[in-house]
Amino acid sequence: MQSFEYANPATLKEAFAALGATWEDSAVLAGGTDLLSIMKDYVQSPKRVVNIKGIKELGGISRKGGNIRVGATVTLDELTSNAAVRASFPGLVQAALGVSSPQLRNMGTVAGDLCQRPRCWYFRRGFGLLGKGPNGEALVPTGENKFHAIFSNGPAYFVSASTLGPALVALGASVTIASASGNRTVLVEKFFVAPTGDGQREIDLKPNEIVTEILIPAPATKNATYEVRQRELLDWPLSAASVALRMNGTTITSASIALGHVAPTIWRATQAEKMLVGKTITVATAEAAGEAAVANATPLSGNKYKVQLTKVAVKRALLAAAGIKA
Amino acid sequence: MSSNNDSEKDKRAQSGFSRRSWLRGAGIGTSVVGAGVLEQEAEAQVTPKVMSGEVEITLDINGRKRSVKVEPRTTLLDALRNRMDLTGAKRVCDRGTCGACTVSIGGKIVYGCSVLAVDAVGKSIQTIEGIATEGQLHPVSAAFVNNDAQQCGYCTPGFVMAAKGFLDKHPNPTVEQVEKGLAGNICRCGTYVGVRKAVLEAAKNYKGGSNA
Repeated sequence: MQSFEYANPATLKEAFAALGATWEDSAVLAGGTDLLSIMKDYVQSPKRVVNIKGIKELGGISRKGGNIRVGATVTLDELTSNAAVRASFPGLVQAALGVSSPQLRNMGTVAGDLCQRPRCWYFRRGFGLLGKGPNGEALVPTGENKFHAIFSNGPAYFVSASTLGPALVALGASVTIASASGNRTVLVEKFFVAPTGDGQREIDLKPNEIVTEILIPAPATKNATYEVRQRELLDWPLSAASVALRMNGTTITSASIALGHVAPTIWRATQAEKMLVGKTITVATAEAAGEAAVANATPLSGNKYKVQLTKVAVKRALLAAAGIKA
Repeated sequence: MSSNNDSEKDKRAQSGFSRRSWLRGAGIGTSVVGAGVLEQEAEAQVTPKVMSGEVEITLDINGRKRSVKVEPRTTLLDALRNRMDLTGAKRVCDRGTCGACTVSIGGKIVYGCSVLAVDAVGKSIQTIEGIATEGQLHPVSAAFVNNDAQQCGYCTPGFVMAAKGFLDKHPNPTVEQVEKGLAGNICRCGTYVGVRKAVLEAAKNYKGGSNA
């Protein structure tokens, strides 16, 4: 790891003053579970690291208007222990527990989960987010792509690494982003961006901005997350589906289905969402929704298996949300 | 880090921070400056307090305050092993994916490889060296011995710290809870059966938190 300056601000104002104008100038440190690793691998070597764990207003879980507000530096352990979160958002708790290491849940933060960098091995070995070779050629389509996207026509083929992203997108959550010039609110769904050119980032965040909170709308939904992993524990999901259903009795009035680890962004399964409206969840409708969710998949040479996993993840998440044991 | 070099001074003046202002702000170093000075400075202009180069910090490890010189980039694990001769926590993956470096900070188990030493200032750190009392093995360590819960032993200190942290929260665990509770540690020799037995036995002899 390259040496760096370390800033330990106590307020947001101090933090903004410490942040630089480019990603080379500074990086925000919270849980450190991703940033330190990526710096050890020299993928990122910021001149300054700004620890935001000492900023009190970035912590805590509370009600704010019609939302549950989760502070940026709330750890996954704090999130899964919170009674209000557990009562309203089981799909979010299931997603957080998918980070199966207690150590990582004690350290990792909710905003850090959204801002962590992709795990794509081309990116992590210095070939950039778009995985380009020395002559600018795309390495992923013809290379080792078994963990890459099944919903992408390029040029980005990495998958979003976020574990909470699918659940937050299904729940319609947004993030508040602050900088010296003020606050802005962005839907989590729009926060993830598929880069189309060199030098672009995978999230809608500038180097001098800080995610301060996540706002989750509180209306009652039946929600659940189902992840498929190669190892049961301490492993990254190969595919994940989060669903949130608004119901009138047993009839679905609206459905949100968000897929993780299958695209450079969190992927909405809009066809499957539409076909569920007016229906009741049964094994048959859940299966049909799984089929619809992957109908437009464009798998690469080595990841066709992820289409089947995603189909099953959608089906099982829907059944879990409806409380049906398959 | 030399501070009597004019060009370096100029650079710092331009970038708006200095080692001295950081030392004041963070309360780290040989003297602690009163908060009043700080507030006055903060009102005048918001200047980031930045630390760079080698600095002396005080860490609270196993109930003892110890001074150590580190750089901002030094991980807690490297500070423990290379600067303080506490080699119980092991450096294996160094990327937060194996658990061999598990230590406890403020009663919560963490990966020492993924915490900066400077971030651990002011917090109560416990390592494998600190859990035995008066020459007596900690009940969790004793249960690992009794149940042959190690082969090469390299993952063992991390596993013992993770098991202790788990039992502090779950004093009467089921086998399934033990499996999930120790999911942050890997044993490449595959002694998981022994580890599970050890943790269940330890649960009987160690009522979580009594020796935390």
